[in-house]
Amino acid sequence: MREIELVIVGGGPAGLCAAITASQSGVETLLVERDHQLGGQLIKQTHMFFGSEKQYASKRGLYITDILLDEIKDSDVEILTGATVLGIYENKVLTILHEDNYMKIKAKNIIIATGASEKVLAFPNNDLPGIYGAGAVQTLMNVYGIKPGEDVIMVGAGNIGLIVSYQMIQAGVNVKAVLDAAPTIGGYLVHASKLTRLGVPIMTRHSIKEALGDGALEKVVVWELDDKWQGIEGTEQEIEVDVACISVGLTPLIELLSMAGCEMKYVPELGGNVPVIDHNHETSMEGIFVAGDVSGVEEASSAMVEGYITGLNSAKNLGKEHHNHEELLEDYHKQLDDLRSGPVGDIIREGIEKIMVDKHVRD
Amino acid sequence: MLETNGIVQAELINEKIDAVLSSSKKSGAILECYQEIPCNPCSTSCPFDAIQVEPDINQTPVIDYDLCTSCGICVYNCPGLAIFVVDANKEKAVFKISYELLPIPEKGDTVKGVNRAGEVICDANVVRVRNSKVQENTVLLHVEVDHKYLRDFVTVRV
Repeated sequence: MREIELVIVGGGPAGLCAAITASQSGVETLLVERDHQLGGQLIKQTHMFFGSEKQYASKRGLYITDILLDEIKDSDVEILTGATVLGIYENKVLTILHEDNYMKIKAKNIIIATGASEKVLAFPNNDLPGIYGAGAVQTLMNVYGIKPGEDVIMVGAGNIGLIVSYQMIQAGVNVKAVLDAAPTIGGYLVHASKLTRLGVPIMTRHSIKEALGDGALEKVVVWELDDKWQGIEGTEQEIEVDVACISVGLTPLIELLSMAGCEMKYVPELGGNVPVIDHNHETSMEGIFVAGDVSGVEEASSAMVEGYITGLNSAKNLGKEHHNHEELLEDYHKQLDDLRSGPVGDIIREGIEKIMVDKHVRD
Repeated sequence: MLETNGIVQAELINEKIDAVLSSSKKSGAILECYQEIPCNPCSTSCPFDAIQVEPDINQTPVIDYDLCTSCGICVYNCPGLAIFVVDANKEKAVFKISYELLPIPEKGDTVKGVNRAGEVICDANVVRVRNSKVQENTVLLHVEVDHKYLRDFVTVRV
């Protein structure tokens, strides 16, 4: 069986950045990505990113992939795309399906950077064709150039719901309304204002009561919610749409971590079940690290910084400490603190406190 | 209200417009950034050091109109498309706005002027279209509107 120092699972922003700092430290690195191209969700982000220059703010997300790939193109990172990690077994043995080949690789360290997946919303007929996750619609439009439909309702006014609504308008789709069950808009208000000045109503305290259609979505019944988030009878209105986008949050893709035996904890602030980690982003299983949304759903900018940090920590763990380890770590931690220090970072900080343990104390 | 429906209230925008009108140049960037989010390209892109986001990137930006030259660089660098420049010196108010939709209007076109609720309120004359490589497809439109729409105009519809 082939042995390698570090396997990174997931080639999105966190995995790519982990590969950058790990390889810069001289670690023999294999990056495994399920998709046929690297970049994860970055490749469909046609909007300019927030954050600061260090996280490429003001650049459109899709161009950031190229910047990151440029940083590893001269390195020794081995890249395996179209490859799915199926399992993690004892002694950090990974099983990988690459095209039709099934292989086993033994790693000294593993960084899990699998990201997150979209949550679903329960309402009658939510399985009608035409009802999508917002991320799926974004992939259809921005990766494959396919218009998802003509008339759309977006459910969820978080950043993804707001951004994808704007991108649909750019693609020539009529966005009839954005709903959110919460009393206030969850995403950045500047994203919301971009939509309202294009004439899209944002309806907080509203949700879908049911979807209607013969074989495919034809209309949704929308109703107002009360203070206990229950629908108010008599407030129903029908809106004719051929697409409904569901954008009600993400949940970390933790299956590989569970399988590896990592201690998990349910932390709603971070999107669901997440691994308990220490300050090095190491899980309860020695040598298995995490970076990005898999340990708590956040923005891509923080996923990148977490990736850089985790790559450095794994290198140190492998005895290949980067010559600037302390200095780089300090800068990256400062960046993370900056990204999380405002009011929108409150929830993230509360969540992280719940999963962070000091290994020395625990041992 | 901004937090519940995304529409910026009049009192918030009036305060910003008044600051420009009472400045010596009567022209400058309006930063419609009312929420503390981790973001600072307005500040780092400004060649004149006119915009500060301090002490950390979550603060809302503060602009110094003595330093602002109305160049419009922050307008196309703002990831939230939340900045425009207004110049109140001429016969008509001149706005520099960011635009990311197709078709891109051309110089000389008369397009619809729109307010923050998305309602058409006036005509807007396109006097210049800037779309250089550094803008990465965020077009900068220079448009003229009547002074009476100075506080309500925010974008155009083609």
